[in-house]
Amino acid sequence: MSEDRQTSIRIVNGRRLTAQGEAAGTESLLIENGRIAAVGEAADRRHADQQLDAQDCRVAPGFIDLCCYLREPGNSQKGNIASETLAAARGGFATVCASPESSPVNDSTAVTHLIRDTATARGAVRVLPIGAATRALEGELLSDMAGLSAAGCVAFSNGSAVFRNARILRRCMAYAQTFGYTLMLQPRNQALSADGFAHDGQVAARLGLLGIPEVAETAAVMEMLLLAEEAGVRLHLSQLSTARSVDMVADAQQRGVAVTADVAMHHLVLTENALSGFDSRFHVLPPLRTEADRQRLLAGVRDGVIGSIVSQHQPQDPAAKRAPLGETGPGLSSVESVLSLGLTLVERDELTLPQLIGALTQGPAAVLDRPVAGLNEGDEADICIFDPRAHWVASAETLMSMGKHAPVTGSPLPGVIRYTLSGGRLAWPVG
Amino acid sequence: MTAIATSDTALQLTRDGQLKHFLTLDGLQRPLLTDILDTADSFIEVGERTIKKVPLLRGRTVVNLFFESSTRTRSTFELAAKRLSADVLNLDINTSATSKGESLSDTLLNLEAMASDMFVVRHSQSGAPHFIAQSVTPGVAIVNAGDGRHAHPTQAMLDMLTIRQHKGSFEGLKVAIVGDVLHSRVARSQIAALNTLGVAEVRVIAPGTLLPRDVESLGCKVQYDMRAGLKDLDVVIMLRLQRERMQGALLPSEREFYRLYGLNTEKLALARPDCIVMHPGPINRGVEIESAVADGPQSVILNQVTNGIAVRMAVMSMAMSGQVAERTRGQAEGEQA
Repeated sequence: MSEDRQTSIRIVNGRRLTAQGEAAGTESLLIENGRIAAVGEAADRRHADQQLDAQDCRVAPGFIDLCCYLREPGNSQKGNIASETLAAARGGFATVCASPESSPVNDSTAVTHLIRDTATARGAVRVLPIGAATRALEGELLSDMAGLSAAGCVAFSNGSAVFRNARILRRCMAYAQTFGYTLMLQPRNQALSADGFAHDGQVAARLGLLGIPEVAETAAVMEMLLLAEEAGVRLHLSQLSTARSVDMVADAQQRGVAVTADVAMHHLVLTENALSGFDSRFHVLPPLRTEADRQRLLAGVRDGVIGSIVSQHQPQDPAAKRAPLGETGPGLSSVESVLSLGLTLVERDELTLPQLIGALTQGPAAVLDRPVAGLNEGDEADICIFDPRAHWVASAETLMSMGKHAPVTGSPLPGVIRYTLSGGRLAWPVG
Repeated sequence: MTAIATSDTALQLTRDGQLKHFLTLDGLQRPLLTDILDTADSFIEVGERTIKKVPLLRGRTVVNLFFESSTRTRSTFELAAKRLSADVLNLDINTSATSKGESLSDTLLNLEAMASDMFVVRHSQSGAPHFIAQSVTPGVAIVNAGDGRHAHPTQAMLDMLTIRQHKGSFEGLKVAIVGDVLHSRVARSQIAALNTLGVAEVRVIAPGTLLPRDVESLGCKVQYDMRAGLKDLDVVIMLRLQRERMQGALLPSEREFYRLYGLNTEKLALARPDCIVMHPGPINRGVEIESAVADGPQSVILNQVTNGIAVRMAVMSMAMSGQVAERTRGQAEGEQA
């Protein structure tokens, strides 16, 4: 996304959608220099270099993904910043947070600069790097958080790795709190999860899979909440997967702890049953759990305890998924399917459309301290335009991501992203 | 949701419900299991002849693909294939290709180039035979010879054959499986088979550390107290206890395990007088079973071994004929189109 003068764009015939609900009219939007310059008649009157027809479409704020693996630097067989940000644009995301779990890990300003420079040169959407909370994500030594922040890291995470012990976690929180940084942590007790790769429940019992018990997450959530409460740090819990975690976060929020949380879309849609045919696509971490967990996670999104829905996009090369289940790499190629899966939840009355859009826009914006995404004059032009009634089929040919293991392939999915604008530029479709 | 993977049934059976792979007993119905037992019964007679061969797999190549070492299971599969007149190739992969870093998919591509008709697979990963069945060329049958903690369906079927020989039928039987259910692929397959064949009750007897979470969902009752669990029992199946279970705090000591969950003459007397004692082998005398019981009149452990060959002959011949039927139908449909 280079900084030369931008083409002005007018969007016509679309119905605006915000986290508060759907607008009645179909006023036009005019985008100039990265911002919404005019709305309604004023937008219709002025000159625009390009016009986008949003007939039958909803015009929503561009989505923000708090957890996305771009695989660059270091894992070019799985993906790169160009391919995965294009996939994100196709999924309606105007902004993605880049996981620090690259190779090398994003624990130095050199890596942060590399990610930002590559994103500027070749990225389709805005990339916000997340810094490693500990060096090499080893959970032992603190990273140079202030330096990483100055280089552009917007928050700190330990990826899917754990802290060596509670003392180091406590110090990491105290240090991050000093500067007001947000820690985005995936709660997992290493000793309890060990080598597991499936929910320790009925399906793992039947298939003889190494289980990750619910308590591997809840024990870590409780520890993190207590330590964060003491430290006063801003804690964001990433990818909750159990009902009890949601209850504990709700309790902590009620007593004023500065904690927010997200859930991956696949945890709202799927359960442990997805693994019942040993399908390696559904080897995800944390694991897919029970229907009761799924229900509580959904309720968490509805009642706002879980403010954000993320893709947890983890593209893998075919070989990484082509092995017996326990030997495969974790993760789904999911960023292109988030809206579609969300719309299936809306169709089933499990979420409302404003709840879905809010968890993809307002929720993550608040975690990142970015201005609340809107569609009003003067707002940054991050826009997603989708046709909720159109369908598409995910397949190796149609997916933009280098990862072809999408959660649903080969059958029609509702919701087609017609256009994505990031910072006023057309990120999708390409060309 | 739409995203559910191929079910076991669709993977293992032809459209007419014939066996084409043998991966797990989950999802197989009682008539098919009975058919396997009946076919095995007919092969027992073959083993009693001077010339122990039938030509059902003549000209076929069976590859014993063992990624995990085994003596007994591999040799009974080899004997079974040879009695069916197949050519047999034994590959111990744990000592060859994969230790050189070759992936399972690459190993398979190489083996397929040898134009085999059947792979008998043992692997330390649960689901490996499923993975292979999904990735091999159509027409090649996969028989699971034990995968991780998941399934050991031929072992379970030979156990069922042994039970039927001694008890006549499965109706009304009370069966207990004792010991390390958590790590046991045999136990999972046995529980599935016993439920499908309609026994009255399956009990698992073990301390909590050796039981999978939600084990009752497999179709069994949990009994921590072995003496109470043996009451009214018709069949007791002892599982092998690996010595390394003391590491990782699953058990305090062999001595304590033997005292609480080992089978001796005195405890066996609590079961029905005609209760039979089974063990998938190899047995640890004095760890899970007393020698006097293992070698005693109620033990049928050696019958199990004999039945192993017959059951494997049954499964191999049935899977091969399922593959042939599917190929023939595929060709017929091709000609019509």
